[in-house]
Amino acid sequence: MTSLSDSVAPDSIGLEMARASRRRLFVLLSTLVVLLLGVLLDAATGPAFLPVLAVARAVLGYPTDSAVQAIVWSIRLPVALMAIAVGAALGLSGAIMQTILNNPLASSYTLGISAGAGFGASLVIVLGLSLPVPDNYAIAANAMLFAGVACGGVYWIGGARNATAEGLVLAGIALLFLFQGLSSLLQMVASPESLQQVVFWLFGSLQKSTWPKLWAIVAVLAVCVPWLARDVWGLTALKLGDARASALGVNVRALRVRSFVLISALTGVAVAFVGTIGFVGLVAPHVARLLIGEDQRGFLPASALMGAVLLSLASVASKTLSPGAIFPIGIVTSLIGVPFFIWIVRCKRKNYW
Amino acid sequence: MNISVQSLSVAYGAHTVLQQISLQAHAGRVLGIVGPNGSGKSTLVKAVAGQVAAARGQVLFDGSAVRPAALGYMPQDQQTQAALSVLEVVLLGRLRQLRLKVQADDLNAVRQVLHRLGLAALAGRDVRELSGGQRQMVFLAQALVAEPQVLLLDEPISALDICHQLDVLQVVREMTLQQGLTTLLVLHDLNAAARFCDDVALLQNGQLLACGSPAQVLTVAHVARAFGVEAEALCCLDGTGVLVPKRALRSGLQTDDAIKKVAISAY
Repeated sequence: MTSLSDSVAPDSIGLEMARASRRRLFVLLSTLVVLLLGVLLDAATGPAFLPVLAVARAVLGYPTDSAVQAIVWSIRLPVALMAIAVGAALGLSGAIMQTILNNPLASSYTLGISAGAGFGASLVIVLGLSLPVPDNYAIAANAMLFAGVACGGVYWIGGARNATAEGLVLAGIALLFLFQGLSSLLQMVASPESLQQVVFWLFGSLQKSTWPKLWAIVAVLAVCVPWLARDVWGLTALKLGDARASALGVNVRALRVRSFVLISALTGVAVAFVGTIGFVGLVAPHVARLLIGEDQRGFLPASALMGAVLLSLASVASKTLSPGAIFPIGIVTSLIGVPFFIWIVRCKRKNYW
Repeated sequence: MNISVQSLSVAYGAHTVLQQISLQAHAGRVLGIVGPNGSGKSTLVKAVAGQVAAARGQVLFDGSAVRPAALGYMPQDQQTQAALSVLEVVLLGRLRQLRLKVQADDLNAVRQVLHRLGLAALAGRDVRELSGGQRQMVFLAQALVAEPQVLLLDEPISALDICHQLDVLQVVREMTLQQGLTTLLVLHDLNAAARFCDDVALLQNGQLLACGSPAQVLTVAHVARAFGVEAEALCCLDGTGVLVPKRALRSGLQTDDAIKKVAISAY
């Protein structure tokens, strides 16, 4: 955290710098606190509601009821932490995408990358076409592969026009429709059982979370974050437009390629294990931008944290909305996310994007 | 640092924008680039900045084709959607040396340039909330903060009131003289060019019509030929000359003949 606060001197410029640093730190820390509460609440909610205090004791390793210990560590915590990891990955990939494409509608969901993953998953479920991996991971592997294919496709098609932001967005929209069409085609020929399985996958679900899956996402995040840290200023400069960024010394094309690789890894691994979850990748960066602006040193971590908070709270809601049943998480994010988003768009500062 | 533009041609697709331009810019001098809309002024500056590739010819910096890192370029477009403060935008001017944590010398450079341009009070403002003129000053600050040896400014005063126009031109001139910068300045205002530039290059249709001292280049004859405008040269009380545009010669039928007439009568 200290690396996010800047050297200051006591004059108006220094004070302004200090103010921005303080604000960044405050937003990040308070989001982190909300996130921790969200995890505890998420781990406490389920068919049997556990006392939050007992959950906290179990999480922190203090001696507690062995049943609570078992439920928390083997069932609840993987789901709660998965919500955070997936939310962070989606929030981060959405933030990078909105920055490099300079477009408020960009996210891996709106630009066809999640749709690509959905098509990959459908191929396994409906036709049994998969990579040579253990059965348990066949859907995940195919979803990741096709997220990568979609990402590469966006860059390949959009790159034909000098990889401008507009070209890439158009390519993304085209691929969204293509993959949705292909998925619909598969659903048309699918047997009723596999159709049900496909639809359930597309709704998204955290319930099949396990520790190894969680570590896979954490590993991808751990690789991506230092890589991003190197590019924060370049990405911030890109917000001023390609011409200006390149005048400031950014290799715009290389930065976009690097960012696309990161986006495809983050989205791929996130949707591979939990299915397509919309809206987090779109909304989290908007909330982060509203709170601390687009200095990417604050914007990227805040988008990740905000995505984590959103998905964590959605996970709690999915378990409490209808007693005894678990609502698909993808439906919850849309049902809660959309009104929230409309509120931001309508009520906040006019020129906030 | 001396810049030598040698037989430079630039094309956008099949359309040639610059043809065989050769000129020199010297350290400690301001070279003004003037000409009508679409004459290739911005493209010339972009080519020097390395933002567009040359179809033919080359740009040399002290005899070398390698562009110096200390090159401040301010593009013409001042629009932005970035949710960034003035301070953050100016800081980005030092992108090449910025670390994750902003260092004291980077902040000092920003502080100096903001004070010099009178922007210190705006430091915390969102750039999207500024007026076009204020934003133009902010982007100028961004170009200056990297302490460049070469300064390329594309219409830096187009959105400014007269006070800020003079302010900016004075600062640019002072810095050029004091720090030995090589400055290229694209301007529409011919009188400003006459006043603040050591040399002037006049472009028309992608070709260099004239290059030299303001007195040699900014003549009634050249203005008639390049812009199709009849102008009158007046002498001010302080001895400086002023060009006053009178009427456009390119309306209706009276085109080439009228231009020739003005050009001939001027000689």
